[in-house]
Amino acid sequence: MSSADDRESILSRVRGALAPLHERAAMPDYTTEISVMRAMMGSRDALTVFTERIALVNGLALTDPAALVARLRENQWLCGYCDPALWPSLAPYFGADFKVDTAYDRKRVDDYAFGITRAAAAIAETGTIVLNDATTSRRLAALTPWVHIAVVERARIFADLPEAVAALGPDSNVIWVTGPSKTADVEGILIEGVHGPGIQIALVV
Amino acid sequence: MRFQQIDQFAAELKADTRAAVYDGSKKGHEKRTKLLFDEFPDANRLRQIAGEVKQHVVENLDTYLPQVEAKLKANGVIVHWAATAEAANQAVLGIMRARGATKMVKAKTMVSEETELAHFLEKHGMEALETDLGEFIVQIDGDHPSHIVKPIIHKNRREIATSFEQNGLGAYNDDPQTITRRARNFLRHKYLEADVGLTGANFVSAESGRLVLVTNEGNSRFCLAATKCHIAMVGIEKIVPRDYDLALFLNLLARSGTAQELTVYTEFISGPKSPTQPDGPEEMHVIFVDNGRTEVLASDCRDILRCIRCGACLNVCPVYRQASGHAYRSVYPGPVGAVLSPLLMKEKFPQKADLPKASTLCGACHEVCPVNIPIPDLLLRLRNRAKEENVPSPGTPPMGAWALLASQPTAWKASLFGGKIINYLPTKLLPIPALRAWEAKRSLPEWRGGEFRRWLKTRKSRAD
Ligand code: SF4
Repeated sequence: MSSADDRESILSRVRGALAPLHERAAMPDYTTEISVMRAMMGSRDALTVFTERIALVNGLALTDPAALVARLRENQWLCGYCDPALWPSLAPYFGADFKVDTAYDRKRVDDYAFGITRAAAAIAETGTIVLNDATTSRRLAALTPWVHIAVVERARIFADLPEAVAALGPDSNVIWVTGPSKTADVEGILIEGVHGPGIQIALVV
Repeated sequence: MRFQQIDQFAAELKADTRAAVYDGSKKGHEKRTKLLFDEFPDANRLRQIAGEVKQHVVENLDTYLPQVEAKLKANGVIVHWAATAEAANQAVLGIMRARGATKMVKAKTMVSEETELAHFLEKHGMEALETDLGEFIVQIDGDHPSHIVKPIIHKNRREIATSFEQNGLGAYNDDPQTITRRARNFLRHKYLEADVGLTGANFVSAESGRLVLVTNEGNSRFCLAATKCHIAMVGIEKIVPRDYDLALFLNLLARSGTAQELTVYTEFISGPKSPTQPDGPEEMHVIFVDNGRTEVLASDCRDILRCIRCGACLNVCPVYRQASGHAYRSVYPGPVGAVLSPLLMKEKFPQKADLPKASTLCGACHEVCPVNIPIPDLLLRLRNRAKEENVPSPGTPPMGAWALLASQPTAWKASLFGGKIINYLPTKLLPIPALRAWEAKRSLPEWRGGEFRRWLKTRKSRAD
């Protein structure tokens, strides 16, 4: 049978299965307000909440590029990738001990200790970074290095999930990243850095 | 057979496995309760609404399926339909062959477990590598997942270390961190070499055609960053009406499944990569899979199609905790599996008609379900169906004597009175094996037959 035949057979079986129902369940009327942690937000500003929440998922929010560079140096994460659009403004903070490429080479995945890309937005309530195809220079650069640094504009921090969903926009690929990649598959023990970054940093500018 | 099949399996389970499953599922459940009920003013209301939304979708699939198909096509996605597991696998194989592809990296998807896709592709000369850590371990072990969210909940680190060693992934080392790093280093090159990335979908929005995928490890993201072709296998019931509904479901899914506020990676995919983006699939296929779902839709158990595969009902189920997932002999274990698995067997229903009996009907599964599925009711309907179809029920204690007593008031009263004799018998010494086994760990309460009837006769009505 072809896909077209299967389509017909599935749809006709669906219609057949539903035909005996006298009444179909109606779509409930609700607002997403019910799934928002209002109490947590309070009257605090989005950056404060975001900073607190990203720490809870073992991520880190920084506002000073110098602090970021110090941290990279301290851990000897000296080789990395940076989005060419960001590099001119960040280069002055990096010293000659760093080797930073603005072209990502997928043959060298194991060489990049860090990747710096732009984020489209962030979500305060969950400490989430929002990436999409339009703003992220390379999907791989935000994923393969041990450290990912997402540069996010302060004005682009949404309060909660419903706000962020409403702002998904026309981009064909949007991804929310909430803390470092992790697993608890082995005996329920939390390990970070499975396939993606083990360290997730947001640089808020 | 002395026991029902599932009891037999549980009785023979290794102590290690039982402990691993018990601890793993209990931990998941306790954190979930705290997260859900501390953070939301009315978490139960959330579950009810989410259930109503999905019930609405299920009962209107005839409208939503063509709608989502049109949207996907408009987004540049190639849509396929597969009535059976075989058709779904053939569709994947066809896509790979048409591209001259030989290597696939696979994210975790339950529907591909149903169709046994990886086996199928390997038989046809393709490489199909599981990338979720748990699924990867299951694959190199030739084992089966035993939980829908935590596939290797039944294994301990020593077993995993041994299979890594046997598969050339380094000398024996059972440190979970080392195990994870080794998998990381091995798999990252596999993604980059692969031609095709296969995923499922947790939700599909009918309004925008967006597929939503959640993972913690980042493996599905890697599949979609490294490969040029994305194939998504999607059960026909995965639809939600609008993007607006996604916030509600995402808020519930991670809390219910893994006791997280949100999974680490939540990806919204509405088509092939954007033209300006260097990484990711240029071609995207969605295969809508029936494989028994329309049968479920036609049954009086269609509510189970609301399921968002969170695993909360497994974690909370006293039977699952004792028996482990493999006892259910199905892709879907636990309470959800006890309903879904026999139904997905279609005309072979009798082969799994014993599963709905593997429940005490305590109701915990209903209470935790983020889409409020009345699982105990559905279990009863399936037990009834088995009875009506005269499916034999080996290992079930006969209820004939009880039925006789319960239908004759005088006999019932007499037996309530006569039962008092138990209070004077040395029950611990009676040569009845079942009773002795039971009494080894517990003591029989005092017989109080008739107490309830006395209370009922003498109680004052509420109005007084
Ligand atoms: S039946 Fe409910 S609790 Fe069980 S896996 Fe499905 S959604 Fe989760």
